[in-house]
Amino acid sequence: MAKDPFRMIFMNEAVRETGTQLVKRGLAEMLKGGVIMDVVDAEQARIAEDAGASAVMALERVPSDIRKDGGVARMSDPEMIEGIKSAVTIPVMAKARIGHFAEAQILQSLEVDYIDESEVLTPADETHHIDKWAFEVPFVCGATNLGEALRRISEGACLIRSKGEAGTGNIVEAVRHIRSITGDIRKITQADSAELFDWAKKLQSPLPLIQEISETGRLPVPIFCAGGIATPADASLVMQLGAESVFVGSGIFKSEDPAQRAQAIVEATTNFADADKLAKVSHGLGEAMPGLEIENLETRLSDRGW
Amino acid sequence: MKVGVLALQGAFDRHAQELSLAGAAPLEIRGPKHLEDVDALIIPGGESTTILKLAESLGVRDLLSDQIRDGLPVLGTCAGMIVLSKAIIDGRDDQNPLGSIDIDVRRNGYGRQLASFEADLQIAGFETPFRGVFIRAPLVERAGKDVEVLASVEGNPVFCRQEKIMTTSFHPELVSDGRIHELFLELAFASS
Repeated sequence: MAKDPFRMIFMNEAVRETGTQLVKRGLAEMLKGGVIMDVVDAEQARIAEDAGASAVMALERVPSDIRKDGGVARMSDPEMIEGIKSAVTIPVMAKARIGHFAEAQILQSLEVDYIDESEVLTPADETHHIDKWAFEVPFVCGATNLGEALRRISEGACLIRSKGEAGTGNIVEAVRHIRSITGDIRKITQADSAELFDWAKKLQSPLPLIQEISETGRLPVPIFCAGGIATPADASLVMQLGAESVFVGSGIFKSEDPAQRAQAIVEATTNFADADKLAKVSHGLGEAMPGLEIENLETRLSDRGW
Repeated sequence: MKVGVLALQGAFDRHAQELSLAGAAPLEIRGPKHLEDVDALIIPGGESTTILKLAESLGVRDLLSDQIRDGLPVLGTCAGMIVLSKAIIDGRDDQNPLGSIDIDVRRNGYGRQLASFEADLQIAGFETPFRGVFIRAPLVERAGKDVEVLASVEGNPVFCRQEKIMTTSFHPELVSDGRIHELFLELAFASS
């Protein structure tokens, strides 16, 4: 650095501020246009990274196995999370139960990059979600409609995803959630200032967030899609409906050829509006994960959370 | 002024917004044919492994590298800086950057997300500080002799320039302060 003509600035040590909203929402901005993949061990994490995943979600069982096994689903073993963290260079997320702030504290101590307060695990609190403002690590939360999304944002969530119906390979619920959220946002941009009060009441959401949406025409944080994505076409569908990234859970590692399918979904997410490219990447992927009809389910995961 | 924004993955939409505010026409680049008529380019933040992998599989990597070598002005932020660097430390073994600017960078050199931070930066030529947002940011470990350092944090370069290539470890697209985009456009279009 001997040649640096601006040496004097070194005397002004920059004051670092960590854990700010800008920093927490900023990571969500960096994950846009990408695919976040559920992985259960270091080997799957490497396959995901090789395929171009922009982050991985570390969990003990993918949602379709949680659904099959039943019982209480909890935060993953820290050893398994550490193993995945050291296997990849991309961000690592992990799930805490709804309302289980102690699990979230442990995940923060493990230095995961994002916490998913997730309905895929068994809820720990029937009334309260985690106060996410109390954490330096950012949170993603699921939502089935705009009111739920705004309540999560008011609790400090920095990224919203649809809930979909995890572990089914059935996209219908995720489509309903994304359409409901983006549809209400469009209506709010058309509402006059008096109607915004009614929207806040109807959605049981803070008025300032409703007013912000009426001005910007978008959620204050990025919105991603999760739940039921199994094919490149599914990824394209939800991206065209307004999702800014996709989470893929069981859809990859419950399919016949995970590596190839993972890469195809990554390419489909980038080229979501290019049908020629989508046709090309959809060729010869082998069997997708087996799908489930929503009305035959014993447990509706998307009903969890409030 | 047609300015491409590499839109393979990451915060490309925020760069496009800043470019529009600065009076340029942003174009999203997803394939080689999109690169044909741009006068300058931004490579955004995101995940460098994903961006490099898609650049390869979608056939933009070689063209991009040639055009930058032939003088296409380019701004790389965070992952974009990693893509443009000469060498990556702590990356994946198969991660080959374009080698367009003579810097070596350490991926996540400032730490994981919990260590991500904001700080006021003193930038040469700016009257007031610029708010730098560093997210799992890459650390510039070496800057070659032809690289001009425009800002540093704790002695490490965070804003570099070599001819018409600019790189930042931070995210100017996240702070509603267009000065770095304006500076890049000045650099890109000064002589034309």
